[in-house]
Parts: sequence; C-alpha cells; structure tokens
Amino acid sequence: MPEKNSKTLIQQYATRLGDDSLILGHRLSEWCGNAPFLEEEIALTNVALDYIGRARFFYGYAAELSNGTQTEDSIAYLRDCRQYQNFLINELPRGNFAYTIARQLIIDIFYSHFLPRLIQSKDETLSAIAEKAIKETQYHLKRSTDWTICLGDGSEESHIKIQTAFEELWGYTDEMFSLDHLEEQLVSQGVAVDTKKIKNTWKDQIEDILTKATLTIPRGEWGVSGGREGYHTEHLGHLLSDLQYMQRTYPGLKW
Amino acid sequence: MALFEVFLRSKRSLDHKHVGSLHANDHQQALHYARDCYIRRSEGISIWIVKSEDIVASQEDDSPSFYDPMDDKPYRHPSFYKLPKEISNM
Repeated sequence: MPEKNSKTLIQQYATRLGDDSLILGHRLSEWCGNAPFLEEEIALTNVALDYIGRARFFYGYAAELSNGTQTEDSIAYLRDCRQYQNFLINELPRGNFAYTIARQLIIDIFYSHFLPRLIQSKDETLSAIAEKAIKETQYHLKRSTDWTICLGDGSEESHIKIQTAFEELWGYTDEMFSLDHLEEQLVSQGVAVDTKKIKNTWKDQIEDILTKATLTIPRGEWGVSGGREGYHTEHLGHLLSDLQYMQRTYPGLKW
Repeated sequence: MALFEVFLRSKRSLDHKHVGSLHANDHQQALHYARDCYIRRSEGISIWIVKSEDIVASQEDDSPSFYDPMDDKPYRHPSFYKLPKEISNM
C-alpha cells in the first residue's frame, strides 16, 4: 500500500463508515420501549447493537490511525454535524415501523454487496471488520426481506405505509452509490469499495423483493446527497444532541 | 400471532431443553425471534421451535393413574449396577 497520505485517507474513510453505523444504530435504538411487540423490540435493538458494535470497530481503527489525537469516544461524542459524514438516509427519523423496515431493507441489501467487497480491501483491518459484519448483515437482510413482504403483501394499511416509506426514502439512495474524491483515491489504491459497481445488483435485488411484496417500484425522479461532505438534514443535529448530551454537559464524564 | 415454544441445545448438553416461549406469525419468524431472544449470549448452537398448541401435555387429573403407581416400585431403578467410568452422560 502506498504510504503517502494513505494513512490519513484511511482514517477518514474508517470514520465515515463508523458514522454510517453509529447513526443508524442510534436510530434503531430509539425503538427500545416503542416497538410493536416485545419479540420484535428485542430483535430490532439487537440489530441496533450490531451497528453500534460495528461503529466501535471502525472508530477504534480510525483512532489507532490518528497518532493518539483521537479516541473512539472523542470521535463519537465530540464532533459536530459538519464533521459527521454518514449517508443522509441513516439519520432520518425512525418514522413508523414500516418506514424503519423499508430503510433497513435498502441498507441491508447495500451492505450485503458492500461488505464482501470490503473484505477484499488491501487494508487488513477494514477487511477483518467487514468479515465480521457480513454475518450480521446476512441475518439483518433476512429480517428486512421477510418484513417487507409481510407488510407489502399484508393489510391495506400496512401496504400503504410501506409503499409511502419507499417513496419517501428512494431519493436518498443515490448517495450510497456515488464516490467523492476521498473514496476515488482509496478505490484506486484497492482500499475502498467502488459503490458505483454495486448499484445495479442492488437495484435488481430490491426491485425483486418489492415486486414479491406487491409494491410499486418508486420512479426515482429526485435524489439528494451531501452526507459525505458533512451537509446534513436538520435531523442529525437533534440526534447528536441526544447522543452527545452527557459528554457535552459533563465533559470527560466516565461511567 | 401464535405462541411457540423454544428449545435450545447448548454446547455442553446433548439434548434440547425448553427455555421459554414467544409470539410470532409463523415458524420461520419464531426461529428468528428465538435467535434474538434466547441465544444473544451464546446460550445455544441449535434451536427447535414447536407451536405451543401442538404440545400434548399431561394434566393434573392424570396424576393418580400416571405417576403415583411408580412410587412403590424401587426395583425399577437399576441402582445396583456400577457404571464404568467410560460411560458419561447417563
């Protein structure tokens, strides 16, 4: 691996992958005490913990590459919105249950193609994290696929709710398949995943599931992005104020 | 939703043991929920799911005819055999 700069680039890449996981994990954790029934609540929060665990691995690695200037905790608790680089779709409010399931399906299919490629990364640590995460994702995908079919092909109300959710989320999927300069550099070094290459597979797979669920595939006439540059929706600030409350109010507080 | 009974085989034991019950729409979902509810801390390596209504259980009324007659027949216990050390899991 070329040494020049690449350490800093990988540090940034690991941080944003961690951001994706932490923010989605936090959103899922909001179902704790709010899920439709107990079994589903335990399942959803299990998924939340998988993501928070994944964030720790990515942040831990980013901290390791920071020459002691950062820690896992400082990355999570002491950065503001503009420094977070997660996909916008991950930060959107959890919405109703159908909305959460629709978002999970979009993201689970994405990861089921992203992670196997990250395993091929020339960076051994990123590869090892991906190797661990793919097993979780395979399970997450089973869940979100089953639920999408159950809700889409369920009652009239559940059908409308999940159809609306996919319509509302569709424009946020563009961002997952474009690369910024940082990622382009790392792709050429064999470190990062070229997400443009997984778009078609993702599209085929999600359209197949939506069809099975008797849902209409959204037309995709709009698309937003900005997460990777630190431009976020209004929702991230509110999320961070919850997530970071203790560290901001009592700096350096330890459990 | 239907009620399902969950049986787990832990790494240490040879047989599945009943660990509890849960609600789910079907067997497959019950299996998924069992994974999330009962083996989060590596409690098992195999799960069985049975619909609760499929279990036929003895009733309290059965006690006199089912269980009481065994109480006075100690000769049914092969307690005078010495088991060789090699035989485990008995």
